[in-house]
Amino acid sequence: MTQAAPTTPGRAGASSVLLGVVGLAGFAALLEVLPRAGVVPAEYLPPTSTIGRALVAQTERPAFWTAFLDTLQTWLTGLVIAVVAGVVIGVVIGAVPVLREATASTIEFLRPIPSVALIPLAVVLLGTGMEATLVLVVYASFWQVLVQVLYGVADVDPIARETANSYRLGRWERVRYLLWPTTLPYAMTGVRLAASVALILTITGELTIGTPGLGKEIEVAYSSNAIAAMYSLVVVTGLLGVVANVVTRGAERRVLAWHPSVRKEIPA
Amino acid sequence: MSATLLRRTVMVLGLPIALIIIWWFTSANSTDFYQPPLSRILEVFPETWLNDRLLRDVPASLGRLAVGYTLALIVGVAVGVVVGSSRFLRRLLEPVLEFLRAIPPPVLVPVFILVAGIDNAMKVLVIISGCVWPVLLNTVEGVRGADEVLGDTCRSYRIGGVLRLRSFVLRAASPQIITGARQALSIGIILMVISEMKAASQGIGFIIIEFQRGFQIPEMWSGVLVLGLIGVLLSLLFRAVERRVLVWYYGVRAAERGTR
Amino acid sequence: MLEIRSLRKVYDGHGRQVEALADITFDVAAGQFVCVVGPSGCGKTTLLRCLGGLLRPTSGDIRVGGRPVSGPPSELAIVFQEYGRSLFPWLKVHENVELPLKAKGLPSAERSRLVGQALEAVGLAEARTAWPWQLSGGMQQRVAIARALAYQPRVMLMDEPFAAVDAQTRADLEDLVRSVWRQFGVTLLFVTHDIDEAVYLGERVIVLSSSPTVVVEDLAIDLPAERDQLNTRSDPRFVELRAHVYSRIQQAKRRAPAQATAPRNS
Repeated sequence: MTQAAPTTPGRAGASSVLLGVVGLAGFAALLEVLPRAGVVPAEYLPPTSTIGRALVAQTERPAFWTAFLDTLQTWLTGLVIAVVAGVVIGVVIGAVPVLREATASTIEFLRPIPSVALIPLAVVLLGTGMEATLVLVVYASFWQVLVQVLYGVADVDPIARETANSYRLGRWERVRYLLWPTTLPYAMTGVRLAASVALILTITGELTIGTPGLGKEIEVAYSSNAIAAMYSLVVVTGLLGVVANVVTRGAERRVLAWHPSVRKEIPA
Repeated sequence: MSATLLRRTVMVLGLPIALIIIWWFTSANSTDFYQPPLSRILEVFPETWLNDRLLRDVPASLGRLAVGYTLALIVGVAVGVVVGSSRFLRRLLEPVLEFLRAIPPPVLVPVFILVAGIDNAMKVLVIISGCVWPVLLNTVEGVRGADEVLGDTCRSYRIGGVLRLRSFVLRAASPQIITGARQALSIGIILMVISEMKAASQGIGFIIIEFQRGFQIPEMWSGVLVLGLIGVLLSLLFRAVERRVLVWYYGVRAAERGTR
Repeated sequence: MLEIRSLRKVYDGHGRQVEALADITFDVAAGQFVCVVGPSGCGKTTLLRCLGGLLRPTSGDIRVGGRPVSGPPSELAIVFQEYGRSLFPWLKVHENVELPLKAKGLPSAERSRLVGQALEAVGLAEARTAWPWQLSGGMQQRVAIARALAYQPRVMLMDEPFAAVDAQTRADLEDLVRSVWRQFGVTLLFVTHDIDEAVYLGERVIVLSSSPTVVVEDLAIDLPAERDQLNTRSDPRFVELRAHVYSRIQQAKRRAPAQATAPRNS
């Protein structure tokens, strides 16, 4: 019913990259001009060039790189745990219909619980280190993966399933030849969504709990009134998010490209 | 009770009840100050949450969420429709929007505290700043993916302007917009709580943090439960709305599936 | 009613130029039922889209009702081939049929009347509150036809409307189109790749060559006005006409485009 607008390769591709760059440049220019012209108070929003210089200054600080690596570590550790748990539990639940039915209500109840609700718990039980933030990250990302995997399991082609039945495939073979190939694209979507959520929660944890990382650096910069430094760190987190998005979207597209089963829609 | 009804009830309620019972009993004899028995948590629940101050704070928090979320929806859809309808604008703005969306929303809380202080305006702004992106970007995708045959139909029957917007563009994009709205809702809740935890003098987030700082642990746990409940209730509300708005969409998908 | 003079359409893409239509010239009088037939890829759809104002021709002159076409003309309705995608899935059947009338600004009572009449004419009066995706392919195409009828156009363009429908449904729909044409008196231009269908339905058959496309022949169909699937199709004259069209198309496929010929009887 809906379909993507036809993508025109070649010349059109080059011109869209160009336009995109123009857009970015225009945005940067706008943020340069507005504070300088006094439209926006410069104490609240420094011009782009100032932020740029602060960013360069950051990269010369070892503490920045430590924080950067801390964030990466928390983020990726949490993501990996969430993905593995999500896929394994999702496939197990999906493969056994009784389990799926029995767990459905629990999942629907636990899923919408905001991970931030766990912040006070994590702090009093685990302190302010990486473990506390990991709880947040894993909790939020796990559901993203699990839900997608369950969608995938539900999406198995009924005709394929009947074929498997008629060939009397065992449980393990079913998982391998029926469940897994259908679920894989969904799992990739889950990874993409989880990666983004995991980054958000990592930064949130660092910001609110004080776990070492970019979020904490932002908090420190803010409280010491180093506004340009704070913005430069915000830019870094944004760039991290963009990279994560691009990488996971690329991986997802790769998997979908060789994958025989075609899905109608990828929730953004 | 018929056999299938009984079975369904067991399936739906079985695991949750089992988990609650397990929690109850494993925590019952807890001497850990930080992990009070479930019985104690439930005990403090009424006196903590059913008094005047708190009955005011919870609706206030939710009210801010509602205002911020609604404004984010309006702005996100409006801008999304404009950008999605123009290939030029899309290509121009896509990288900028992707960058802005990738900034983890909580990071902007200090920024907004700077700009708007610690009152209601700040909290609402924070919520808008986080919620608008999923709505906007999903609207762009939805508008862009609208079926071109329908577009031709509109052109050939000279259906334009507001009618076209209402009957074609927005409806065609609605499944995608709803996806964005769902993501925006979870982000909104996160931001509502964070903005209150970091810099506020009232609100659910603030209350819970105060309990934590004051070592009122069972009360803190009860706050966590309240937040959980709010999340679940809002999600149910969202689902109900989604089901009504997307009746046709589920029908189309079911029809497609049926022909497989 | 329809005048097409030296219509030419060239597609420009990736440095290559594709001449979809080279030189199309023909007229359609008011109230006529004309079928356009040609080999695959000969630009039939391009022709229709130019006529319908959805595509701007590279050169040439198109007039509907005497006025040049610069955008979709208001007295013209198109029935697309992809019926599944041309109906709005979020609107019920009667709302789908009603939508163009709302765009026209007609009052509610008038709209209801036209919708009811159109659904009656295509035999879908009971399905008015159904969703399009609940209906079979043939019924969906009927809804699209009803929508075009309710619009009260003077000209209807149909772009291979029954190509994606099974043979038996197609037969019913063909008869429906003829009866609707006679009932409402529209000028009908019907594009198809099915030669039998073209000869069965039309008062005239315009045969197109393959690309670069010109009109190969403008054939008058002198079959009786009352036609039915069983008798007409076994009529010897039908067989003759059909064979003639078929051989013309085969010629057109094999050689370079033949020259446009003036309308004549075979």
